[in-house]
Amino acid sequence: MIRIEDLTKQYDATTVVDHVSFTVERNSITAIVGTSGSGKSTLLRMINRLVEPSGGRVLLEGSDTRGEPAHLLRRRIGYVIQGHGLFPHRTVAENIATVPRLLKWDESRIRSRVEELLHVFQLEPATYAQAFPYQLSGGQQQRVGVARALAAEPTVLLMDEPFGALDPIIRAKAQDDLLDIQRRFGTTIVLVTHDMDEAFRLGDRVAVMSQGRLLQYDRPATLLTHPADPFVARMTGIADRAIKLLSLTTAGEAALPGGATQGLTVPASVSLREVLSELLWRGATCATVLGEDGTPCGQLTVATILARGRP
Amino acid sequence: MTAPARRRIDGLGALLSAVSAAAVLLLPFVVFKSNRIVPGDPHGLLEVLAPWGAATCVATLAFAAAVALLARGATLRLAAALLGLLAVALAVAAAANALTPPGDRVVRVAPGGAFWILLVCLLLMATDAITRMRPGPALRVVLLALFFAIAGTALAHGTFDNLSVMREYAVNAARFVREARQHVWLSVGSLGAAVIVALPVGILCHRVPRVRGAILGMLNVIETIPAIALFGILMAPLAALAVALPWAARLGLSGIGAAPAAVALFLYALLPIVANTVVGLKRVSRATVEAARGMGMTPWQVLTRIELVLALPVILTGVRVVLVQNIGMVTIAALIGGGGLGTFVFQGIGQTAIDLVLLGAIPIVALAFSAAVLLDALVEAMDRAKA
Amino acid sequence: MSAATLLRLAALALLLAFLLFPQSFAPLFAPLTQYGAPPIYDQGNLLELALAQLATVLIAAAASTLVAVGLGILVTRPEGAQFLPLSRTLVNVGQTFPPVAVLAVTVPLVGFGEKPTLIALFAYGLLPIFENTVTGIRSCPPEVLEAASGMGMSARERLLSVELPLALPLILEGIRLSLVINVGTATIGSTVAAKGLGEVIIAGLLSNNTAFILQGGLVTGLMAILLYDALAALERRVYRNVPME
Repeated sequence: MIRIEDLTKQYDATTVVDHVSFTVERNSITAIVGTSGSGKSTLLRMINRLVEPSGGRVLLEGSDTRGEPAHLLRRRIGYVIQGHGLFPHRTVAENIATVPRLLKWDESRIRSRVEELLHVFQLEPATYAQAFPYQLSGGQQQRVGVARALAAEPTVLLMDEPFGALDPIIRAKAQDDLLDIQRRFGTTIVLVTHDMDEAFRLGDRVAVMSQGRLLQYDRPATLLTHPADPFVARMTGIADRAIKLLSLTTAGEAALPGGATQGLTVPASVSLREVLSELLWRGATCATVLGEDGTPCGQLTVATILARGRP
Repeated sequence: MTAPARRRIDGLGALLSAVSAAAVLLLPFVVFKSNRIVPGDPHGLLEVLAPWGAATCVATLAFAAAVALLARGATLRLAAALLGLLAVALAVAAAANALTPPGDRVVRVAPGGAFWILLVCLLLMATDAITRMRPGPALRVVLLALFFAIAGTALAHGTFDNLSVMREYAVNAARFVREARQHVWLSVGSLGAAVIVALPVGILCHRVPRVRGAILGMLNVIETIPAIALFGILMAPLAALAVALPWAARLGLSGIGAAPAAVALFLYALLPIVANTVVGLKRVSRATVEAARGMGMTPWQVLTRIELVLALPVILTGVRVVLVQNIGMVTIAALIGGGGLGTFVFQGIGQTAIDLVLLGAIPIVALAFSAAVLLDALVEAMDRAKA
Repeated sequence: MSAATLLRLAALALLLAFLLFPQSFAPLFAPLTQYGAPPIYDQGNLLELALAQLATVLIAAAASTLVAVGLGILVTRPEGAQFLPLSRTLVNVGQTFPPVAVLAVTVPLVGFGEKPTLIALFAYGLLPIFENTVTGIRSCPPEVLEAASGMGMSARERLLSVELPLALPLILEGIRLSLVINVGTATIGSTVAAKGLGEVIIAGLLSNNTAFILQGGLVTGLMAILLYDALAALERRVYRNVPME
């Protein structure tokens, strides 16, 4: 879907991005993590050509991104930045409608799309459509920023530290919302963050960068169990890696056949870490896993869970 | 992989060279008039100079053009521009000498269109070069002084004596010195008086916000009255005052001449200085003032040693605005008999003698420009000293 | 209606009344004249002169705005950045040249009348508009520009949809300052036979008629104040649509 081949960026004598290659699959979220100066933002911005590569290329659905004028390419790619960059002189509705207008959609289609997005992002159209950005809270502005990026139905969404400016309570909700959005619209998302927990929470795959080089690109669990580099291990955190691993598996995935309706029950979607926490708290040794319809579909014991905390 | 260094033609240099070349080819370099009133015959650059003179001049200008197009170093560009200016100045002087029969006092050789355009283009090139060098305040003042020294020497030496403007000067020499002195005196004197009054008023406006609106509003209204109107309006009351106070009349107070102009300039100068004093004082951080008070300074000491000192750059900016404004407005004072270089300007307009106009206008522009450069340098030097 | 609005309307009414029915103000000005001189300017139509002056100022302002805004846009583009210091110096010089001098020097080139006045007003009015355009464009928040590029706006679209609208309040402020200063400065044009209220003032100076001088001066002053006010109101309306913290 997005194939990054040997992408390099040099400024005079400094190499900021050093021959990076990986492929982002359709309908998935890739998180790019690294410390500041690792080149992750520059890499992201080479995908939509806000920065022109010194070498290598990006293939979007098989075709080279350099095949058309940059500004036309960007109208097909959603872009969200940390400061959200909402236009202060336009209303929320006008902000969201920006790219559809550039693409010359007709008015009724634009109107219904704006309304749809406002509903999806839990911003009541009657109240918020005609509001100006300065009238919104930080969290609301961030949501409008994402809505604006998705307005023209792009297949790809690029996000650069999108939740950085939010306080922790709102951040968790915003992350959840993003997962919902991705499921709903099927967008391929590439997200840059310096927060490893966020990368683990959101990413189907995580790319770890350091000093311009890509150290590892894998599923989060693999990064924990098989780090390619001591730096990767340090970044993902050695101290509580077992617990982290548990948080990456759901109850449903780990459940063994069996289980009674009595005693502790947990939904299948919950992570093993939460199940373990609950079992410890109650002093219990096993829990029944409930499927989506509420009927038991398996059971988990402390021993089973502990076994999962190892590579 | 780095981009190869490309030799690019400087956009400004190309523009200036093209315009200058066109001017030299199409417009007259000097205009020969048998007396000061007739329109006169045009002469091109090449026809009016001796062959070696023309060749030197053209070569220098070509060099300047080449530098303008290709060179990047600011110092080189400045040097080339100055050389070009020198060549043009000497050329026009030589042309004047060549066309004037010896001993003749009536003919006028005036600079033509090509001269002015060359002058403007070379000055632009020099200004651009100086701006790129980003000179500090001291260097700018030195450059200004140098320029005047060179120009003054050339004028005193008589190089330009046969040029029309200098001919007019020769005729009006004594009057010129008198009016120039009057011009400076009026400009600076009214400014000085205004500062003495405006500074306390500004401090008052800063300390007592309630009167600020009223005072600034009133001063704003004064600013909107056009200069000639205010000059005129003051004439009658001042005349009456002169009659009522004979001692003042002996000191120079009167209904005509410089007095109404001086009073009007004084009134106009109030607003910029009061406004800037308020803004400057506002900018002084409360923390600094608190610290000073905490150290045991009396309010007067805090004001004079801390607040005014810190507000000085902003106040000086107001002074600069007023001085430049005054130099311009004193020109108009000539209309009510106030003297100054404006007398030459308006006389020239009345007699359709452009050279007389230039005799007045060029010094006025030089004065205004120098005042601006000097005060800007002073403000910048103070800002740097603070930081 | 607030007190300010009432004052404004009263001032406007007074001005219009004087321009349309000048003779009815004769008794007011009579005490200022001597030897039975006419109290109201009678060598020309006051309304026409006021309008002519206003027209000159507006035309010069339009030209200044076009050039200053155009130049301001040019020097804030990456290709034009090299011209910024020079442009700034030039525009500064334009303001340092006393308008009278510019007037006097351009008369031989373009003749007497409106043209030299327009040139002088044009040069004098460039600085506030240019400086404000440059500051306005430069103070556009960088993340807004980044978002605009990232969304696929071309450079031209970015300029027209984002940079200029956000710079508009400051540009209008510059135009306002330039216009109001020029209303007063335009009276000098009458020394080179441009049509305007300067005529009235000069006639008063020549014949020692204070009434004429006052009429010319006050009408100009009132026009300047009303213009200042009207443009301030316009700016406030534009500010409403560009709410900045």
